[in-house]
Amino acid sequence: MKLLELTDVTIQFQRDEQTIIPVEGVSFDVKEGETVCLVGESGSGKSVTSLGVMRLVEFEGGTISAGDIKYQGESLLTKSKEEMREMRGKDIAMIFQEPMTALNPVVSIGDQIVEAISLHTELNKAEAKERAIKLLGSVGISEAKRRFGQYPHELSGGMRQRVVIAMALSCDPKLLIADEPTTALDVTIEAQILALLENLKKEMNMSIVFITHDMGVAAEIADRIIVMYAGKIVEDGDVYEMFDDPLHPYTLGLLGSIPDVNGDRSKPLLSIPGAIPAQSDMPRGCRFNPRCAFATQQCLEQEPPLLAVGNRKVACWNYEDVQKAKPTGEVI
Amino acid sequence: MVNLEKTALELIESPRKPPVLVRVKNAKKYFKLKKGIFSKNQQYVKAVDKVSFEIFKGETFGLVGESGSGKSTLGRVVIGLHEADEGEIYFEENEITALNKREFQKVRKEMQIIFQDPSGSLNPRMKVQELISEPFDVYTKMTKKEKEEKVATLLEKVGLGVEKKLSYPHELSGGQRQRVCIARAIALNPKFILADEAVSALDVSVQAQVINLLKDLQKELGLTYLFIAHGLNVVRYISDRVGVMYLGQLVEVAETEELFDHPLHPYSAALLSTNPVADPRKRKEKVVLKGEIPSPANPPAGCRFHTRCPIAQEICKTKVPDLVEIQEGRQVACHFPLLTNSKEETE
Repeated sequence: MKLLELTDVTIQFQRDEQTIIPVEGVSFDVKEGETVCLVGESGSGKSVTSLGVMRLVEFEGGTISAGDIKYQGESLLTKSKEEMREMRGKDIAMIFQEPMTALNPVVSIGDQIVEAISLHTELNKAEAKERAIKLLGSVGISEAKRRFGQYPHELSGGMRQRVVIAMALSCDPKLLIADEPTTALDVTIEAQILALLENLKKEMNMSIVFITHDMGVAAEIADRIIVMYAGKIVEDGDVYEMFDDPLHPYTLGLLGSIPDVNGDRSKPLLSIPGAIPAQSDMPRGCRFNPRCAFATQQCLEQEPPLLAVGNRKVACWNYEDVQKAKPTGEVI
Repeated sequence: MVNLEKTALELIESPRKPPVLVRVKNAKKYFKLKKGIFSKNQQYVKAVDKVSFEIFKGETFGLVGESGSGKSTLGRVVIGLHEADEGEIYFEENEITALNKREFQKVRKEMQIIFQDPSGSLNPRMKVQELISEPFDVYTKMTKKEKEEKVATLLEKVGLGVEKKLSYPHELSGGQRQRVCIARAIALNPKFILADEAVSALDVSVQAQVINLLKDLQKELGLTYLFIAHGLNVVRYISDRVGVMYLGQLVEVAETEELFDHPLHPYSAALLSTNPVADPRKRKEKVVLKGEIPSPANPPAGCRFHTRCPIAQEICKTKVPDLVEIQEGRQVACHFPLLTNSKEETE
């Protein structure tokens, strides 16, 4: 069943005289119990999309100017501010890259979790405290009782991220949005946090929208991957199929850009020439065309729609050529 | 006479060993911690603690480790940005730790550095042209015209168009800025470049461009790199040999392929197994380490890794393992290196 459904969502910001549209016409859905990875480089619009789902863009001066976002079949855009506040944390929770910005430095971590619990449940103080200690234990914080009274600065980065996860999960949300939660952590700690999220997801039957720039991390945890480029979705599909057989030239390039642990080191990496276009300078037609080895005249003029190919989706006029090129990948 | 014999013997023994460019011997760098009013003893962060290794001419030596492992400090000690508290550093067999400031300045020309954040190392008020010719103003007496020509060749070499010479840093993308930093670094024809997380802040597609550029330049100019990064895939791709650091010490040094195929130190093994691999079919069982890296101000006694080590024994708590060469070209600091699965499987 669909838990979250985005249809043609466009998000825009007004900065001085200029209108910036970091996300344009984005549609995807998240099923119950599914982990969806939003992958893209900086400026692709992946974070703004996730802030849009929570309607947090409104606090940054942004608006969802078109489309609809439905949670369990109900539109989130028609909800009042109070209703949205009620939902955040309870139904949909979010964690960010830098846990320190999500924690209050002058309140003990235990009290911060208790606060989150009391906001959304009827539990009394003692019950809330008991639950907070249980939560700290379940995110792998040892001696939870003693740690309850500690302050954020006394904890390491990995521990802080665990506290933030405990807080996010305090009201059994159905959907967790995680925006690069492991990017600031070392790989050994990253592995701990990814394993923790995986376990908690199974235990609580949650769905996760995981935002990352790292195809390696996506390969670890995703059921499905959505690749974004310059504010649009370019490919959406099952994780195995996408890695075996990328349909979009950008996905192909992204995968080729990662040094493969077993790959041939004497060959140059398959890099994508150029850089992501600036908002003010969006190319006509397909937004990827200036960097694309497969671009044809059509790509320069017409923007490709996101079309279904089997049970996957791709926005490319020439995806069949990409499929043919894939085994060697040397076209790029 | 004795000396001659010895060098001859060394030559015979290791015919494949290329000449050494940088030799680090027992380097130590401690940072003072702020002392509390009531504390009696001065505490130190032991960022680099008795580290010895060599970098061969023309190779790329990768240095990996978690944050706080001391890899950046070690890099800076090698290049003289931090003065070593103890130990010696040799560059082309000259002991640079014994040089005075003016003498060192000459050697310094041969050693350049590329940092992680290109915008932090470029003056925002200077044009690309001025930025790249700055090293010439400091070290040479080139005329304006000579400098202009040199800037043009350098821009071309790093894959930027000559027209970019009039741009300011903010007009360039992150990848282009890093290319400017690379142009500055190679401007004086150095022999050695320290790349400290030089590609870590770049998006993957741009990262690949810069890695390819660094590799091409190495071939063309015969450069030697000390490549520091936390991204293991990148380090594997670019390095000939790799050193693994943990809490201020080198725990393993090996040729890249050998290290990634069969790590000998349990820490290397854990670090490599947690590295995300871009292949969903390889969601492998990981050695998820307990806990986190301890504070370098107060490292554990004995082997510094014993608190997190899955195979630690009694001896590891008390006796510090030395970094010893246990196979040709492979050094490891562990009482119980993971030898069994490496030897038996390959033979």
